[in-house]
Amino acid sequence: MTSEARITGEEPKSGTRWLWFFKLASPPHAYRLAGLLRPWFFWPAVALMLIAAYGGLLLAPPDYQQKDAFRIIYVHAPAAALSLMVYVVMAVAAAIGVIWRIKLAHAVAASCAPIGTWFTVLTLVTGSIYGKPMWGTWWEWDPRLTSELIMLFLYLGYMALRASFDDTQRADRASAILAIVGVVNVPIVKYSVVWWNSLHQGPSISKLDAPSIDSSMLWPLLIMMLAFVLYFVAVLCNRVRSEILKRERNTAWLTERLARS
Amino acid sequence: MQPGLLKLVRLVAQRDLRLAIRHWDQVIQPLVFFVIVTTLFPLAISPSLDELRRIAPGVVWVAAMLASLLALESLFRPDVEDGTMEQWTLSGQPLSVMLLAKTATHWLLAGLPLVVMAPIVGTALGMPRSVWPVLAGSLALGTACLSILGGIGAALTVGVRRGSVLLALLVLPLEMPVLIFGARAVDLAMHGEAALGPLNLLAALALLFVSLGPFAMAAAMRISVES
Amino acid sequence: MSLSEFLQMSGYGAYVWSCYGLTLAVLIGIEWAGRRRLREELTRATRRAQMAEGKS
Repeated sequence: MTSEARITGEEPKSGTRWLWFFKLASPPHAYRLAGLLRPWFFWPAVALMLIAAYGGLLLAPPDYQQKDAFRIIYVHAPAAALSLMVYVVMAVAAAIGVIWRIKLAHAVAASCAPIGTWFTVLTLVTGSIYGKPMWGTWWEWDPRLTSELIMLFLYLGYMALRASFDDTQRADRASAILAIVGVVNVPIVKYSVVWWNSLHQGPSISKLDAPSIDSSMLWPLLIMMLAFVLYFVAVLCNRVRSEILKRERNTAWLTERLARS
Repeated sequence: MQPGLLKLVRLVAQRDLRLAIRHWDQVIQPLVFFVIVTTLFPLAISPSLDELRRIAPGVVWVAAMLASLLALESLFRPDVEDGTMEQWTLSGQPLSVMLLAKTATHWLLAGLPLVVMAPIVGTALGMPRSVWPVLAGSLALGTACLSILGGIGAALTVGVRRGSVLLALLVLPLEMPVLIFGARAVDLAMHGEAALGPLNLLAALALLFVSLGPFAMAAAMRISVES
Repeated sequence: MSLSEFLQMSGYGAYVWSCYGLTLAVLIGIEWAGRRRLREELTRATRRAQMAEGKS
């Protein structure tokens, strides 16, 4: 083993081309890196959110049919996009964790779940509030809301499965399988829900989309989506650091580093 | 399949069938549950067949899903509890094949009876006889999907104490597409329309799950069983 | 537009502002929860490390 690997306990993998990847995956490096990078995600995210909010609330003209109510889309759609994106990140991290046995990947997956759940809840609540003035009821079984509801069940199931194992390693691997099976099923679920919905009303566009989206309305939406993604990474950095602290509690590198401070 | 694998499948299937015949009273419980659940709906809604007919496809399908969920208890738990499953994981034989054989046998005992019982129960809810082929076909494909998805969930939760509700939480969301296509197929048939679209989709799902599912099952089982 | 127009949002003010408010609450919430958890884990881990060093 190299001297570095002796400290971290990770075996160097064959070939130096991927060394940077596996070095990144070592907990001490990841811990430091997450701490350093966080502000570079957090503050740009906040700035972009302010810009997007300004554009969405003030600059974009009111919609012909929905008037000013359509402005809800600037928070509802990014939340929906993120609820899906976080699940995919979680599943990919979990897959990397089981295939290459990288502990850090499992820490990332575990950290994603609560964040994704909150984005899903936010999507459902803003969708419901958006729906009330638009179609008169607090809930409709439209394709986006229905598939978001199913996403919520998938997230809750993932967290429940994790919680049912006492041993972290087994929890990691079992929930990884669930996440992989889940992510394969997500396109199937989305397709089936759109199909199911289209049978009862014409084209299967979610009623919650602003009908005509022209460029002055579009750019705040894209900026807000980017802002949400950066914000997610910033929050994830802290959660991953917490996970590393919890999982590496008995290792030499951590004890040494903390005893010194 | 190589002759070795076929023999393995046959051995697993024969063993499970033999055990099932010995405990036939446990085997028919999910079926009884299915009938009881479908009885709840006329009681809850109305004795009028005209009203029941409209919701019959959905009721039969949901009852079948719930019955198959209950039946999953007997799929892996007995073998895990008496240590047989641990032996299987250490045996050097392909675990995915063995688990697929077990799931297939379990389907014969739990899924197929639902397919046979469904027309009877459907008629009680006002379904015309013309719908029976689509009803049976959609349920045959559907219960195959439910068995595989349920098997993955069962393998993940078999080591969890009182894991039956967790199993339901994990598996039901994954099964929703199957429900959508299956219930819709029967509904189309009831209106005299061709149900080929959703039936094809169900067949595609069944093919996908049967081919990939066993690997997930085996991976999950190894995690659950290792001590 | 004027401030009152901005707040009214052509009659949809309650809906729009409750959505934006909830979004802000969730975003602040997940960040705050993340920081709090990190602080707790750090305290716990530091205490443990110092005890371990103290023993050796």
